[in-house]
Amino acid sequence: MLSRTADHLYWMARYIERAENMARVLDVTYNMSLVPNAAESEAALWVTALEISGNVDAYQRDYFKHEADEYTAAGVIHYLAMDSNNPSSIYNSLRSARENAHAVRVAMTSETWENINVLWLEFSQFIDQDLAKHGLREFCDWVKARSHLFRGVCFGTMLRDDAFSFVRLGTFIERADNTARLLDVKYHLLLPKQEEVGGAVDYYEWSAVLRSVSAFQAYQKIYSDTIEPWRVAELLVLRRDMPRSLHACFDEITLILEQLSGARQTECRRLAGELHAKLRFGKMRGIFQSGLHEFLDDFVKANNKLGVEVHKTFFSIATS
Amino acid sequence: MKNSTLSFFDEMQLNLADSGDVRDAASVREIYAAYNTWLKGVPHHQLDNKRQEAEMLFRRVGITFNVYGDDDGAERLIPFDVVPRILAAKEWSLLSAGAIQRVRALNMFLHDIYHTQEIIQAGIVPASILANSQYRPEMFGVDVPNQIYAHIAGIDLVRTSESQFYVLEDNLRTPSGVSYMLEDRKMMMRLFPELFRRYSIAPVDHYPQVLLKNLRAVAQDGVHEPTVVVLTPGAYNSAYFEHAFLAQQMGVELVEGPDLFVRNNAVYMRTTQGPQKVDVIYRRVDDDYLDPLVFNADSMLGVPGLLSVYRNGGVTLANAVGTGVADDKATYIHVPAMIKFYLGEAPLLENVPTYELSKADDLAYTLANLAELVVKEVQGSGGYGMLVGPAASKQELADFKLRIIANPANYIAQPTLALSTCPTLVEQGIAPRHVDLRPFVLSGKTVTLVPGALCRVAMKEGSLVVNSSQGGGTKDTWVLQENVVENREPSASSPAIIEEVAIC
Repeated sequence: MLSRTADHLYWMARYIERAENMARVLDVTYNMSLVPNAAESEAALWVTALEISGNVDAYQRDYFKHEADEYTAAGVIHYLAMDSNNPSSIYNSLRSARENAHAVRVAMTSETWENINVLWLEFSQFIDQDLAKHGLREFCDWVKARSHLFRGVCFGTMLRDDAFSFVRLGTFIERADNTARLLDVKYHLLLPKQEEVGGAVDYYEWSAVLRSVSAFQAYQKIYSDTIEPWRVAELLVLRRDMPRSLHACFDEITLILEQLSGARQTECRRLAGELHAKLRFGKMRGIFQSGLHEFLDDFVKANNKLGVEVHKTFFSIATS
Repeated sequence: MKNSTLSFFDEMQLNLADSGDVRDAASVREIYAAYNTWLKGVPHHQLDNKRQEAEMLFRRVGITFNVYGDDDGAERLIPFDVVPRILAAKEWSLLSAGAIQRVRALNMFLHDIYHTQEIIQAGIVPASILANSQYRPEMFGVDVPNQIYAHIAGIDLVRTSESQFYVLEDNLRTPSGVSYMLEDRKMMMRLFPELFRRYSIAPVDHYPQVLLKNLRAVAQDGVHEPTVVVLTPGAYNSAYFEHAFLAQQMGVELVEGPDLFVRNNAVYMRTTQGPQKVDVIYRRVDDDYLDPLVFNADSMLGVPGLLSVYRNGGVTLANAVGTGVADDKATYIHVPAMIKFYLGEAPLLENVPTYELSKADDLAYTLANLAELVVKEVQGSGGYGMLVGPAASKQELADFKLRIIANPANYIAQPTLALSTCPTLVEQGIAPRHVDLRPFVLSGKTVTLVPGALCRVAMKEGSLVVNSSQGGGTKDTWVLQENVVENREPSASSPAIIEEVAIC
């Protein structure tokens, strides 16, 4: 298939996934803000949402006009959901997803295209809404539902060819990045307090993290025990049966890259295999010994590098 | 603006002046009789609901059109009218034979003008045509497969009476609109299935298959399994939907200029598995933007080196480079003579009488009668830069006069045609609106026409400008397989009009 087509399909899927994850972060942060004493302050709570998406500096640049300015729920919600100047806002992610889809509508089934086109048409109803005041939950639910629908329509209608593989590849590379960032920020933030008490607030905070990746029920089912941070980490890093875990993402990614590479020995395939091996054969104890933060940080970097290699191998073909 | 001095032929009724309300008129043309009966039984609000439903569906699917220079106009819908234009089998056979004849002659003209130029030597077309900016000297002496230049041609037809059709213009560069012919039909079948049971309407859905067959047929010699692609300027082009639609329907890649590159006298596309050779390019990029090495050097839409490969026979372009010289309005005047010269036949379809303002007599006449005439730029298209005399204000007439005097050769003038009207759903109900008709003629090994056309309708009362860039809408065009009696059972023995074919 055309390199440009593959490129667009891959990014279409990445942007949809990015929007979904952003909605999850917003949703969970908002829920936390309803728990009394969950954070020291409104600012301390909402800045974590910016940290997860790596947006703290940009937010300060755009939103802090006076010295006394603080992180506010209203500001962060607008910035992450609707701000057209924030490249990773839900608005921009969905818009980019739709633009990528529009550029290659030929390469997908008409159901897939219509699904994304309708998503964008429906989005307009939220644009002028003050989400910090009302409707944030509904908005986040809508984004998640549209993302589920997108994956469903791809899965249910697309030919199992390279086009389908690039869509799936985009989904899982983006998801792995998002899960790793979320865990890194939350673990870093919550761990010191865990040593103090392990009381009710911690329960809410960790369950919120789990809920943000739809893992709360899975946790209960697997561990049937109190929520322990190291188990949360295990669930989101090493459990291959947990669909948003890093391991599960790389089960998919390695398989897809094998299919796409065929007989070719590609660097992206090697790199994915290397990361996959760490997740498949790694142990939580070892990861903690050398530091979870270091592990996740390395992972995000390697995953980025993988994206670059995918681009080199499939999207920018040398012509001479 | 309403023009009361002209009377118009209406496609549905013989005489509109008899009655204010179309649906009460007694003298409905026979082919519309069954439709009229049905229409009488449908309340206005129900039709309007259908129109809204169509709009919603078109928006969902993204069947949209961009108007240049209009910032908030990104992705607008072309108005779709739910009342069809109906043509009898007999009418269609004249139109299709005439359009095929015309395209055959135009292709022969293009071959001639880029080779021995016999028609100039015979004194039928003046040598000044070689100075036309649409004449591409780069094409001189270049042989193209099957000597076909205009693989896809849109012939714009208008009607002024029961028996009088005119060719308004030929579109031989990158004519668009066929996707609306196909999508309007799909929409009508969805909205009004009962009408399709009642009428025996010739199908048009196979157009993309015929197109693909033709494109494959014009691959260069020695190519056995030709790879066909559609070349689009990209997602922001006004006709992008159509490019995507045709590529999808034909099952071929939709490429942009940067997806292609030239190597060793061949064109390749960049794929995830490496370069893949391309044999036939159905290009929807204008000549000027095709190859920055030869034409517009700033073009980001084209492929550097494409023309050199093309001239050496390494790839087929459809349409060929340089077809613009044949659909230019200064050349249009000579088409009837071309038909006689190349085919030895009398033209089946007439030209509109045309004044060439490069001629002193024609110029004088035009300037004296500007208020009655339509004046067009010789190389204009899309309804831009034209004057409709009867609809223009005094100031507009005066302004246009100055433009003509400044450069008379840039214009032609024609009498304001009493374009036929067709009943159309508007806010107040059903009302007559002016229409034209663009059938698409496909040339490859054969010259083919599917029985249907883009019918454009001027949605504004009294307006004679049907172009979508000027707010025109579209209608489904029905070619009846026979003249139908109401409530007729579908009969298996009725002769099917699938396509008109002539060997070129």
